[in-house]
Amino acid sequence: MSDTSLRLVWVYPDLLSTYGDQGNALVVERRARQRGLDVQRLDVRSDQPIPTSGDIYLIGGGEDRPQRLAAERLLRDGGLTRAVDNGAIVFAVCAGYQIMGHEFVNDLGERSAGLGLLDVISTRGEAERCVGDVLGDADEQLRLPQLTGFENHQGVTHLGPGVRPLGRVRLGHGNGTGDGTEGAWRDTVFGTYLHGPVLARNPHIADLLIKLSLDVNALPPTDDTWYEALRQERIAAATQPA
Amino acid sequence: MAGNTEPLSPRSRLAVTAGKAAAAVSRAAGRGSGSVIGGKVALKLDPDLLQRLAQHLDVVLVSATNGKTTTTRLIAEALRANGEVVSNALGANMPAGITSALAGGSSARYGVIEVDEKYLSGVAKDVTPKAIALLNLSRDQLDRAAETRMLAERWREGLSGQKAVIVANADDPLVVWAASSSPNVVWVAAGQEWKDDAWSCPACGGVMQRPGDDWFCAECGFRRPKPTWALSGDHVLDPHGSAWPIHLQLPGRANKANAATSAAVAAAFGVPPQVALERMYAVKAVAGRYDVVQYQGRDMRLLLAKNPAGWLETFSLIDPPPTPVILSVNARGADGTDTSWLWDVDYGRLAGHPICVIGDRKLDLAVRLEVAGVDFQVCQDPADAVRRCPPGRIETIANYTAFQDLRRAVGN
Repeated sequence: MSDTSLRLVWVYPDLLSTYGDQGNALVVERRARQRGLDVQRLDVRSDQPIPTSGDIYLIGGGEDRPQRLAAERLLRDGGLTRAVDNGAIVFAVCAGYQIMGHEFVNDLGERSAGLGLLDVISTRGEAERCVGDVLGDADEQLRLPQLTGFENHQGVTHLGPGVRPLGRVRLGHGNGTGDGTEGAWRDTVFGTYLHGPVLARNPHIADLLIKLSLDVNALPPTDDTWYEALRQERIAAATQPA
Repeated sequence: MAGNTEPLSPRSRLAVTAGKAAAAVSRAAGRGSGSVIGGKVALKLDPDLLQRLAQHLDVVLVSATNGKTTTTRLIAEALRANGEVVSNALGANMPAGITSALAGGSSARYGVIEVDEKYLSGVAKDVTPKAIALLNLSRDQLDRAAETRMLAERWREGLSGQKAVIVANADDPLVVWAASSSPNVVWVAAGQEWKDDAWSCPACGGVMQRPGDDWFCAECGFRRPKPTWALSGDHVLDPHGSAWPIHLQLPGRANKANAATSAAVAAAFGVPPQVALERMYAVKAVAGRYDVVQYQGRDMRLLLAKNPAGWLETFSLIDPPPTPVILSVNARGADGTDTSWLWDVDYGRLAGHPICVIGDRKLDLAVRLEVAGVDFQVCQDPADAVRRCPPGRIETIANYTAFQDLRRAVGN
């Protein structure tokens, strides 16, 4: 890719855009433009082919049936897997995160195949649904500040040896396995249960995706006053007793 | 029919009395109108009370994600042309609140009842309605509510075999899916600006095609039914092809749609559209919504928007720039505690308005507006926001508990 352009693909907003997921696309788009990049954003519906030439692919959360349909259509299409083979970056949230794994439990209670881009398997939790604010520490390899977000899921995601957790929760459930892990990543593929949307609550992750796509270590600074104010408020709210 | 001619059983009368006493105690304790606690006490004493109270009424149920309180009010006004109406006008829309409202109207002929989406099927079984108005379904409070399509599915199951005439919005695929299990539907082309909960066919999961105002699923053939009533600009078109002008005091396209649906409901009870519409013009505000209040020497219009579809309709009715706008958002239990939905709202449409943000979650709004690239000021409270607003009438848009806070703050 050229150094001045960014092709941002939002995958299947018709199926996986239930929890303000457009916000993740808007934040990446905004922060890339603030760094002088020419951003082309492409929203791809589930009856359209996934282009393989994108730099960053975003996939959101959704209800159980749309999740199954999305996985079926992504597998049939094959474009996202080819894009990752070409080095593209994927950032997936909640239902989308589960689809990136080997398999998940669908709306019919059956196991559905995922894309296998992350070495994780998702099952349905027996415990109460995980709903509420999350506070966590990011994997030190990612060199990110604290993670903040909102989770709302029944699924439990088990990590295999081929991935690292995106972070560890101080408050909330994350992957729901009881070991405190939240999300998963390897190379250029990231998954998380966090909404908020997660990139609005954690703009450093949006910057990480942009840096990876440009293959640079740093980006020009932006005025993050309001992001920081929101982060401090949410982190304080999460650590204070209700 | 002429109201409650047969007396209630002693048990039901006792339940009604006990409920009213509980409501009075609750009011005296300063805990609101007391209608919910009163209804709960009464239902505990007589679990079939709702059914019994409704027995002697011609009941209309109104349900939707947005517009149910206003439409309930419009239908009630229209039906008053024919006789006395009892209604849960203040929006207490779950079984306890409904029971309490009906217990207050012993001589009424009609019961016009707003029902929470989640309770529609159950209430419809209890009260044997003559008509059910279904306006729209969209995402709302997803951290505690059912998924939107599941709600449509529950409506569909609850309405199959329903004897009431269903008056339903032909422009909302989820509503059409829910209503089409019923044998007797009057379709109203009432419009629906928000489309993002119905890109996936509710019947088969196929991708919905939406050319212009039409919609259909290319895979299974599920498609928009042919409406017999329609909202067309500022007119209601009735089944005979007559166009009736709408001159509501309530603002906005969504309220014209509510009026069109209300006219179709009224017609089912023999009230002609002209009579029904003229009666609706008397409505200026509904439970504080759309009220213009004086605060600190300024005119403020109070607008309630609880979810993305509601915000979208609200943006289309506010005065154009440079009218100042105050936005207030909370995330308490009744609002839904996840603020992610702010990102489904296109705040870029407010460009050009001076904007002040307040509420518990003003910082979420600040980030949302910053990313939308529109200017804004973060303010402490309504007084601070009003001080910073340039001259002119102020449009104030707030979600559920933020709206209640605001009404208290401005003395509405």
